[in-house]
This record gives sequence, C-alpha cells and structure tokens, in this order.
Amino acid sequence: MAQTYRSQLIDPLVDDNPITLQVLGICSALAVTSSMQVAFVMALAVTLVTGFSSMFISMLRNQIPSSIRIIVQMVVIASLVILVDQLLKAYAYEISKTLSVFVGLIITNCIVMGRAEAFAMKNPPIASFVDGVGNGLGYGLLLMVVSVIRELLGSGSLWGVTILETVNNGGWYIPNGLLLLPPSAFFVIGLIIWAVRTWKPEQVEEREYQIQTVEDH
Amino acid sequence: MEGLISLAVKAVFIENLALSFFLGMCTFLAVSKKISTAMGLGISVMVVQALTVPANNLILTKLLAPGALAWAGFPDVDLTFLGLISYIGVIAALVQILEMVLDKYFPPLYNALGVYLPLITVNCAIMGGSLFMVERGYNFAESATYGLSSGFGWALAITAMAGVREKLKYSDIPDGLQGLGITFITAGLMAMAFMSFSGVKL
Repeated sequence: MAQTYRSQLIDPLVDDNPITLQVLGICSALAVTSSMQVAFVMALAVTLVTGFSSMFISMLRNQIPSSIRIIVQMVVIASLVILVDQLLKAYAYEISKTLSVFVGLIITNCIVMGRAEAFAMKNPPIASFVDGVGNGLGYGLLLMVVSVIRELLGSGSLWGVTILETVNNGGWYIPNGLLLLPPSAFFVIGLIIWAVRTWKPEQVEEREYQIQTVEDH
Repeated sequence: MEGLISLAVKAVFIENLALSFFLGMCTFLAVSKKISTAMGLGISVMVVQALTVPANNLILTKLLAPGALAWAGFPDVDLTFLGLISYIGVIAALVQILEMVLDKYFPPLYNALGVYLPLITVNCAIMGGSLFMVERGYNFAESATYGLSSGFGWALAITAMAGVREKLKYSDIPDGLQGLGITFITAGLMAMAFMSFSGVKL
C-alpha cells in the first residue's frame, strides 16, 4: 500500500502532470506566474484545497446521489475556498490583493473538480487525499518553474530579491519586458510542454493529419 | 450611456477574458478544434454570462453587501464572505434552468447547445466575470453590459482560435510540440495581437 501512495504522490509531478498532460487548471497557471511569491501562495492554496476537497468528497461518496453530485462537490469545494480566502485576507493581505479574483477561481479550477470526479468518487478518503495533494503538487511544480523563468528574466529578481541588477538601477541586465506581460505565460508553458514531451516521448499526441511524402521521379 | 459603450468595448477587446485574463482556458483549449463547436460553446457562454453577472449583482447588492439586509431588520449584517458559494450556486442553478427552458421551448437550440451547457458551470470565465463585477463595484446597468460584452469577447476569441487551429492541423509541427504545445504558442500570439488594443484610449 505504501508503494501506491508514493506513486500517487510522485506520478502527477511529471509523468501525469495535471497541466502539461491532463490539460486541467490552466487559467490560474497562466495568470499568477509573473512573480514567485504569488505563484507559491497560489500553489499552496490549490494543493490544500485539492487535497482536502478530495478527502471530504471521498468520505461522502456513498451518500451523494449521482444526479446532484456536481452541486455537492461544488459546495464542498466552495466552502474550502472561502476558508482559504479568509485566511489569506487575514494573514497575507497584500498577496491576496495581487491574486485578486484568482483565489475565488480555485472553485472552478478544473484540477479540483477533475480529481474529485475522476478519483475521489471511487476511492477511500486517505488515498483520495494523497491523490489530491499529489496533483496539487504537480500543479505547483509547474507554477514554480514558470514563475522562476518569468520573474528572473522579466524583472531580474527571484522571490523579490534582485539577482540580475537591472539597467535602471545601474546594473547591466536589460529586463525582458515581454516576460511580465500575459502572452509570455503561454509561450513559456508551450515550450515547457515541448521540453517535457521530448524527454518523455510517450506523452506526444497523435497527429490528426498525416503528412504524405511524395517521392521524386 | 457613453460610459456603458466604452465599458463594452473595453470588455470585448482590451480586457478580453480569454486572452488577457486567461479565464476559461481549459475549455478554450479543449473545445477549439472545430469552428462550429467553438461557436456553439461561445454563444452559450455569452448567454449564460449575460444572465449570471446581473443576477449575481442583484444578490450582492440586495442580500450580501454590508447593510444590504436592512430591509429585513439586520442593518449590521455583512455576509460578503458567503459571496463565493452564492455566486457558484447561482451559476449552477441558472445553467440548469437554462437547460430545462431550452429543452422545453426551443428544442433546435437545445440540440445545438445542450452538450455545452454542463461544461459552462465549471468554466472560469463565468465565475471570473462575476468576481470582476464584485471587485470593480459595477452597478446593475454596468454589470448587465459587462456580462454581455465579456461573454461576446470570449466567444470571439474561441471562434478565432478554432479558425487558426483548423488550418494549423495541416502543418508540419515538431513531434513534441504537436497538439497542446502548439496550441499554447498560438494562443500566446493571439494574446499579443489582442494586446495591441490596449493602446486604444476611451
């Protein structure tokens, strides 16, 4: 059993990453990654919500009638998100201002719903909790990688600490402003997906349209 | 009136929900393979958005905001912390009602849009629209305009994306970039194109 818990926790990091493979929870992955600190708080919040919502939904799974299960799942998830939102407002007000609507949007983050629906409805609470935390960590890992790239190259700092002294402050590094703008998140994630799939070729998608080569005569 | 028009233009182009706030990305990437399905989903999002944002605005101003319950004799009650759960409840309920109404009175429309409606409950663009309405403190007229026009902006973005992807499938893309990877990069380029609208001053 210990082995499966471990693989449940480790698999979503690269092999079955919620963002690069399952295409879940992309909205917030793109929007909150322009600075590391914000991305870290977001990753932590999502991991907590995914873990606990999977656990609670799994505890309730034999009582939930299947016709209203979406609503029940929503209520569980929304209550947890309200808790996180209130905690952030109380203890990290500045960060909660930067995250603005994206804390609330954890409710509709497909990772939370997706894991609840795909895993927690069929498995016991502890396994579901581990699965939820694992997927949250996979999401968090990608968030951190993207935010390191964007913050380091976009504003020359990491975690708000200057690493590359920018020209404005008398240093040598000319920051790449593009990386602070929204579109760069798409490019960075696209390139990360390319890198991951080159490393693990079994994740490559089938072509919809095969290119035919015509022989020369 | 002028304010409402500029709010609408801003919501469609400059602050496009899909391309500058990345809302509804999951469905944006998953359901943009064909123009016809993308347009169907886009129209459903627009309809639901135009209904839920003003509905949530009423809930906020009449029930949740500090002092809003004064008519019931509770002038000091502040229920804003219940916001998230009420908005998602309103969205889920409205989607369900819309599905039933379409099924009963407009069967052709139901057949065309029916499959997308359940997807919409978990579309962050809808929830995001309501949350932006709360954060920016729109009044009722503004939130109705914002709901309709931001939904239209989302529909426009997903239809354009589907158009690009229909052509793109014939091109020779490196293996690792196939599918999701190239879709991200395309969306990034589209987002850059939409950023050029931000120079428009209203």
